[in-house]
Amino acid sequence: MFNQSWRSIAVAWFGCTLLFGAQAAQQPPAGPVAAATTADHSKLEALKGPFKSGPEVTKACLSCHNMAGHQVMKSIHWTWEGKSPGTGKTLGKKWAANNFCGSPLSNEPRCTSCHAGYGWTDKNFDFTNQDNVDCLACHDTTGGYKKFATNAGHPLYEAREYEPMEGPPGKKQVQAPDLTKIAQHVGKPGRANCGACHFNGGGGDAVKHGDLDSSLKNPSRELDVHMAKDGANMVCADCHTFNAHQPSGSRYAANPKDTHGLDLPKDDHNRATCESCHGLAPHKEAKINHHANKVACQTCHIPEFARGGVATKMLWDWSTAGKMDADGKPLFVKDDHGHLKYSAAKGDFKYGENVRPEYKWYNGVVQQVTITDKLDGFVTKDGVLELNRVEGSAGDPNARIWPFKVMHGKQPYDTENNTLVVNHVFGDDDTALWKHYDFAKSIKAGMDYAGLPYSGKFGFIETRMNWFITHMVAPKEKAVPCAECHTRSADGRLAAITDIYLPGRDRNPWVDLFGGLAIVGAIGAGAVHGLVRIITRRRKENTQ
Amino acid sequence: MSERIYIYKRYERFWHWSQALLIIAMMITGFEVHGSYTLLGFGDAVQWHTLAAWTLLTLWAFTIFWQFTTGEWRQYLPSLKNVAAMIKYYSYGIFVNSPHPFHKTALQKHNPLQRLAYLALLAVISPLIWGSGLLYLFYGDWSRLGLDAWLTLEWVAVAHTLGAFLITAFFFIHVYLTTTGHTMFAHIKAMITGWEEVGDHH
Repeated sequence: MFNQSWRSIAVAWFGCTLLFGAQAAQQPPAGPVAAATTADHSKLEALKGPFKSGPEVTKACLSCHNMAGHQVMKSIHWTWEGKSPGTGKTLGKKWAANNFCGSPLSNEPRCTSCHAGYGWTDKNFDFTNQDNVDCLACHDTTGGYKKFATNAGHPLYEAREYEPMEGPPGKKQVQAPDLTKIAQHVGKPGRANCGACHFNGGGGDAVKHGDLDSSLKNPSRELDVHMAKDGANMVCADCHTFNAHQPSGSRYAANPKDTHGLDLPKDDHNRATCESCHGLAPHKEAKINHHANKVACQTCHIPEFARGGVATKMLWDWSTAGKMDADGKPLFVKDDHGHLKYSAAKGDFKYGENVRPEYKWYNGVVQQVTITDKLDGFVTKDGVLELNRVEGSAGDPNARIWPFKVMHGKQPYDTENNTLVVNHVFGDDDTALWKHYDFAKSIKAGMDYAGLPYSGKFGFIETRMNWFITHMVAPKEKAVPCAECHTRSADGRLAAITDIYLPGRDRNPWVDLFGGLAIVGAIGAGAVHGLVRIITRRRKENTQ
Repeated sequence: MSERIYIYKRYERFWHWSQALLIIAMMITGFEVHGSYTLLGFGDAVQWHTLAAWTLLTLWAFTIFWQFTTGEWRQYLPSLKNVAAMIKYYSYGIFVNSPHPFHKTALQKHNPLQRLAYLALLAVISPLIWGSGLLYLFYGDWSRLGLDAWLTLEWVAVAHTLGAFLITAFFFIHVYLTTTGHTMFAHIKAMITGWEEVGDHH
């Protein structure tokens, strides 16, 4: 016990050193940007421009950074493909199924607006051409760079009028970014760079993750103690450290339990765990440190997700898509908070803010369904298709209790082949769902495009998906109080975790019954004995 | 005539009352940890319970030293002599104003029934509570010590709860029996001042 406290003091001291070091490095430079770096990009001959397209800028970047293109082309940001370490399955956006938009296949020009490249318009995209790498999406520091939503990863090169499908009605003029100025002001990625895609996963702000949305660009300390300006003012890449353009940390399979601890300069420069900076015993109390053996840090330190004032989608029911209004135009309905609750293009939605996560054991293995999998093995007892079942149990030494956003959905599948389907939603053709609102056509087109077997018969299946909650870490004073798990209340946070003895919740009913009777018996015996004493004494006094 | 004898020395009284306070604190916080009610909040209850446990262990370390250096430990040696007489007194004699069969002295301050009760406390309830309590407290170290192969938290927690119920029942009987002295508060007064008035010697 005492040994432990000394260790935590040492760790705290070390942590402070790290923290102050990081803060010093992130102080806004007093003078020009050049003060913090050794190269002022605005003075480089190669970046004089003017640049008319993204690939032109990339060529200029690569003329000095001659390894960068090939590094990026190995990363999941480029390939959208990767092997799951837990199951060995090939995943990535190309293969992993979800219950949001579906598959990028056949919908490339829309989906690849978040690809770290230019021009992925169809399956013939050249993944070996380094000029197609998009440097600016991550390295723009002006905030002016924006990949256009439907341009296969390109920004606009001239102003365009644009009317969003789901409203508000009316055309909007969108300006083209000044590529030359942006190219001359590149630097390390900030929160907004990563956020441009990761805050908007699923097609809009906060839709997908629940713990990642635009409120994290400039969060309050209460919302995110690490990224707040008056907190540690960290950026995504401070934890998701990059090595030769390869990001660390994975949402397909987060590290369930970091037993290595502090990430020192001699280590692998992978800091995508809490323990990488906070060590293995960060609390003053040994009892709390011991919890980390079975409970992930996030479970106590992220009391709720979607806390930044932006609602996240909790349910997406594709089966109701396609309704038209009285004028025969696609129907879009907003709720009292201004959220789209029905979209003819996408179906019904439900949203949540300040949502308490669900808790599950997780040991590092995620059984992720892909678009080619037979579904039999993935349907749970309640008949719901679990798109990414997390494995683990109390007896598993690698497992800890983790928090999740559980996304509910209802989505099309092939009722004969028992597989999910590729749905062709986006495109200016005669099959796209968002143009003709006909699933029979859009699914057929999607499956043909993907080259996957399709019976021609489809239905809708209820699905569930687990999203790791690991951002929006609250300040320590806002951590979940002990009694929210250690309680007999039926809505205790860990009510669903039944394979452990949880003090304050669990008990042996026989021991409680016996013990209760023993106490009542002790009090009762004293009371009766005392009463008899009083009565017999009175009687004696009376007879005397 | 009643006589007064100096029966509880200063350290003994200090030990008794501080131990009483700690045990009451542990009963209150312990049953909150058990989930029986909410008072301080689970986290604070655990902290106070743990602090009280370490304090009591420290107090016991001094008390054991005191017991052996003063020879007072002999007060806890059991004897079956006169046990029947004590049982007869508490179940009948006390109601008809019979004389107490045991004469308290500074050398023999516990009656035979008390000796048996304290021995049961020391030999059964105390090891049950402290054994399970320390295992509970050091649950996080089980895997390092190789204990997790043959112990479960459930067993340890249930054993600790059983001990808690037993000592709570003991506590209530103990408090009631303080009223059975020469006068209602004679025993309690003695534990405060050290001096006890004992009844006429028949």
